[in-house]
Amino acid sequence: MTFRIKVLTKVKDARADVLKSRFGLSGLKIMDVYTVDKPFAPDVRKRIAHALHNPVAQEVFVLGDDMAEPAGYTQMLGPFDSAVETGYLPGVTDNVGKTARQLIEDLTGEAFAIEEGVYSGRIYLIQGDQKLNKAKQLAHDLTNPLVHSAHVMSKADMAAGKRVVSVPRVRLAGSDTVLSVDLNVDDTALGTIGKQGITGADGKLRGPLGLDLPAMKVIQAHYAKLGRNPTDVELETLAQTWSEHCKHTIFAAKMDNLSEGLYKGYIKKATEEVRRRKGKDDICVSVFSDNAGGIVFDDDWVICDKVETHNTPSALDPFGGAMTGIVGVNRDCIGFGLGAKPILNRYGFCLAYPENRHELFRDAKRKQPLPSAHAIMDGVIKGVEAGGNCSGIPTPQGFLYFDDRYRAKPLVFCGTIGLLPRTLNGKPAHEKKANPGDVIIMAGGRVGADGIHGATFSSEALDEGSPATAVQIGDPITQKKLSDALLREVRGQGLYTSITDNGAGGLSSSVGEMGRESGGFEVDLDKVPLKYAGLEPWQIWVSESQERMTLAVPPAHVDTLIALLKSRDVEATPIGTFTDSGKAVVRYKGKVVMEMAMAFLHDGLPQKELKTRIAPPLSVEPEIDLPEDPADVEEALLDMLAHPNIRSHAFVSTLFDHEVQGTSVLKPLQGAGQVNGDATIIRPLPTSWKGVAVSQGIFPRYGDIDTAAMTAVGIDFAIRAIIAAGGDMDNIALLDNFCWCSPDDPKRLWQLTRSAKACYEYAVQFEVPFISGKDSMYNDFKGYDHTGEAIKLSAPPTVLISAVGVVPDVRKVVSLEPKMRGDHVYVLGLTGDELGGSIFYDLFDELGRKTPQVFGREARNLYQAISKATAKELVASALPLGRGGLAVAAGKAVVAGGLGLKLNLADVPTTEDVVRDDTILFSESASRLLVTVAPEHKNAFEKLMHGVDWARIGVVIDEPELIIHGTDAEVTFMWERAELEEAYKTPYEGFASNV
Amino acid sequence: MSEPRVLVLSGYGLNCEDETLHAFKQAGAVGDIVHVNDLIDDPDRLAEYQILAIPGGFSFGDDTGSGSALAVRLREHLGQQLLDFVASKKLVIGICNGAQVLVNLGLVPGFDESLHRDAALLANATNRYQCRWVHLKVNASNRSPWLVGIDELFIPVAHGEGNFMLAPEALDLVRERDMVAARYIDVQGHRAGGKFPANPNGSTDDMAMLTDTTGRVLATMPHPERAIAFTQRPDWPLKKEQLRRAGDKIPAAADGLKIFKNAVAYFQ
Repeated sequence: MTFRIKVLTKVKDARADVLKSRFGLSGLKIMDVYTVDKPFAPDVRKRIAHALHNPVAQEVFVLGDDMAEPAGYTQMLGPFDSAVETGYLPGVTDNVGKTARQLIEDLTGEAFAIEEGVYSGRIYLIQGDQKLNKAKQLAHDLTNPLVHSAHVMSKADMAAGKRVVSVPRVRLAGSDTVLSVDLNVDDTALGTIGKQGITGADGKLRGPLGLDLPAMKVIQAHYAKLGRNPTDVELETLAQTWSEHCKHTIFAAKMDNLSEGLYKGYIKKATEEVRRRKGKDDICVSVFSDNAGGIVFDDDWVICDKVETHNTPSALDPFGGAMTGIVGVNRDCIGFGLGAKPILNRYGFCLAYPENRHELFRDAKRKQPLPSAHAIMDGVIKGVEAGGNCSGIPTPQGFLYFDDRYRAKPLVFCGTIGLLPRTLNGKPAHEKKANPGDVIIMAGGRVGADGIHGATFSSEALDEGSPATAVQIGDPITQKKLSDALLREVRGQGLYTSITDNGAGGLSSSVGEMGRESGGFEVDLDKVPLKYAGLEPWQIWVSESQERMTLAVPPAHVDTLIALLKSRDVEATPIGTFTDSGKAVVRYKGKVVMEMAMAFLHDGLPQKELKTRIAPPLSVEPEIDLPEDPADVEEALLDMLAHPNIRSHAFVSTLFDHEVQGTSVLKPLQGAGQVNGDATIIRPLPTSWKGVAVSQGIFPRYGDIDTAAMTAVGIDFAIRAIIAAGGDMDNIALLDNFCWCSPDDPKRLWQLTRSAKACYEYAVQFEVPFISGKDSMYNDFKGYDHTGEAIKLSAPPTVLISAVGVVPDVRKVVSLEPKMRGDHVYVLGLTGDELGGSIFYDLFDELGRKTPQVFGREARNLYQAISKATAKELVASALPLGRGGLAVAAGKAVVAGGLGLKLNLADVPTTEDVVRDDTILFSESASRLLVTVAPEHKNAFEKLMHGVDWARIGVVIDEPELIIHGTDAEVTFMWERAELEEAYKTPYEGFASNV
Repeated sequence: MSEPRVLVLSGYGLNCEDETLHAFKQAGAVGDIVHVNDLIDDPDRLAEYQILAIPGGFSFGDDTGSGSALAVRLREHLGQQLLDFVASKKLVIGICNGAQVLVNLGLVPGFDESLHRDAALLANATNRYQCRWVHLKVNASNRSPWLVGIDELFIPVAHGEGNFMLAPEALDLVRERDMVAARYIDVQGHRAGGKFPANPNGSTDDMAMLTDTTGRVLATMPHPERAIAFTQRPDWPLKKEQLRRAGDKIPAAADGLKIFKNAVAYFQ
């Protein structure tokens, strides 16, 4: 009954051409394959085949039940020597297969049963590959063994009828019995259960619980008191709810003498102080309590913001990990308050340099390679592209940052800003509360075995080769249908009282959280709609299958809500009831499989106590020889502009749709020369001139010297980028993302504490609140190198500061490119001898010691002055000085505007210790900007700068050149715009050009 | 008739319906966003409108070929209503994914009423999604009411499959009948000649917009609805500074608005 449809593109095919040149092939054709696992009559099969191809460009083959090809089929395919057939492994989200299925349903009017399906695949036909080497290479590079099947065949084999037909049906033999887990064991055995997980009925380990011994002992004591053992469902639930991922145990721990812990003692405290100080000008609406943080946009609207990381999933499957990262954080937005509309995505990738060729393996036998550095970079970019673009959310703001220590654990940051009315149906829309009696409704996708133990999975869990994989791929269209229906139609009708997304921990987490609002819940697991049969009860409860929201719906609205969602092709199912019983109750086929006090579930985990150990930096300030010739300095700037951490990432900016929704005002690429800006601005409502500005600050190199400096400069830079673009100091909020490593090491905890403390200090100094944050503590990889040697590779401590601001009038926004000949050029802020962690030192493979320092109060005064100047439209262009300092900023300005700049270093305001030109040029001192001002605004502008450090250092010229006079009048540095542009637009190895 | 009514389609991953409706309203039309399924449930509703807009987006995730799955759904459930709509001299616009749907529906180029496919929109020559602003030259001989009085346009594209491809006979025919409505040009105003980035997708004959034989059905890969306000242009901060210093007025609109105004004017 299974048949296949193969679609061969017969005209010039760009998909094939690009691969042809990448793999150096003499010829390549791509065939799309649909395996239809449902009976249809031959004439219907023909109709289906007709609809699945476009006859103008493609031809189609229908293969019958026996999969036999038509006579002479291999000849019909034209010349080729080898073939690679790829498909998805059982249980992996197959969006193309799903769409093909819906198309067939539309065409035939016949619905598919749960065991029927359509599976997509591809066949690559390769020319000039007698020995199959190219085919093997292509199969290796284009597939991920955790996600895809891949088969290499010769033409002779194909002609002889040898072929692999895999129909990736999921056939699970899961038992529906619920185990009782014996905790009456010694500490060693108890620790092993916590670490390695529960042993299933089949004798196999189910994967780690991630519960340490102290937590396991609390659970042991709790159940001893109850006089029974926990069920597997209960223990898995505790593992999810108490995980570092969900409870942030390290940020909550008592740290040395700080009994409140880092979160309450520093981050939250900063926000409380800032809000107190701002008084009636407080911009916060909802902080740290919901899926995202919210601030005031105007009298009618709130904006929310959240930035997540998806590091471990992206390390294993870069595409799926990044895609679920972006669509996952979209759900945080849809789950903020009663549901905010996503209006902007942002991204950030910390990666190994793409030319890094180190192979790493998860196992000693080197059978399980990590994806290559190139594959990770390519995959995470394509993942955000697919997730963001398909969801119709503009993705203008982001960065790439490189350090080889991210080789095994890339950091993938995904953020989403949302827009929510301040009131809905007469009530504040940012508030929600599930009431006792409300029906628990799961809406969106179905539940499969994907993403079980997503928060805690490790290599062992993946080795076992369960039929459905732990890897998740997003299905943005299912989510889009869900979010459209909820935000456009359901929300306004007041059909639900609370909503949250299903992320880490799945239903156990979403229902568990919402159950706190009412005071308990009851769920019937057998009511949960499944993708396929055979899931065990605990799996249904903790699965992280994507694209699901959980809603609390008053009984009177249940039928209306389900009918409305159904008309939008969205499945919604009642799975239980919220109660005020104080108990978390889960049943399966009528039997209670979990009954736990809500108080124990949420508050049973004791606070950890952690100790730090001081770890001062060991690096010293290097002796860099004085440049002998201006040419050395000129070359250094070109090298810096071409540095992967500075150069253009236009190839990513143009890949991510930043124009959708029609809101863009200040775009990711600015000026005729298309330079990446540090902030972007949108105008979310066509009825208002107000804008939303977003920016990011990330400086891990400073963190290698001092994590406080990394954090301070991150905060300063993120704020400054918004100020430069025309933002307003009093309408900015911050988000923190801590990505740490080895949290068992007291030195790492000391660095963490310093960083968290800096968050507190600078948020207070700048009077800018933190509204949301997230930490990811275990960015370590323990595996093997290419020789089989065991290694540990940890990502460096990394803090990402994201800023979001409300811009009073987008018509006054300032772009970064100088605009008119004769405009004055100013540098604002003071330049010090602060090359520690700089790109300049990196050119010499040096780290240095003297990082930039931030003086928050002074910087705030400067930024307020600039805000006044931009509000009066006195500033023609502005850009914040960041990596590479003044020279890189000037270089970017020249590339962006197409005009030249003529500057004098002698005029740059510096601290006393600055004596060298290269220090003035390349120092990365914080809180500085480069701005241009029209001659007619000179006096007004300079008057506003009274009391802050500033200097007029040059002029905009017609000639497309950067000319910088040294402090010694004899010395002049000079660059043509063309050479600056060429350096800045250097492509990343193996990636598209930066045009 | 003063204010034409526009139906902007939504559902299954279409995602530009808000800004498309806004563009029409800005131009003086009134309208509604209507879910595909609501229209299927009540097909006669289509006749209440003068303009049908299939907006941009990713219907069915572009899987099985961009626009193809939604085209099947529309053809199977609303094929006759769509043909009647076009035959009654009303206007249809498909933008980006909407254009891909129109081509897969066979409404563009639409030599007859068979809903037979004569064109395809293939993967961009770079095999990459491209979000960038492009310059267009309107074909002066094309009679589309959508493009009356427009010479050049500066508006953005954002697509992965925007490469118009036609069988040789069909290509001859669309050229003969001036159904190519607009072509990509470079900054200097010369034909892009297939060259990236002026031609962002390698489209045959630099085709950016194609109409049916009447010109009333417009398939446009570039997005006019994303170029309604001056502050949407990528060069607006520079233009603003230049105009201010010259003492000139800063415009409110960007190029795309003209297309929507033309649609409104057609009914007046």
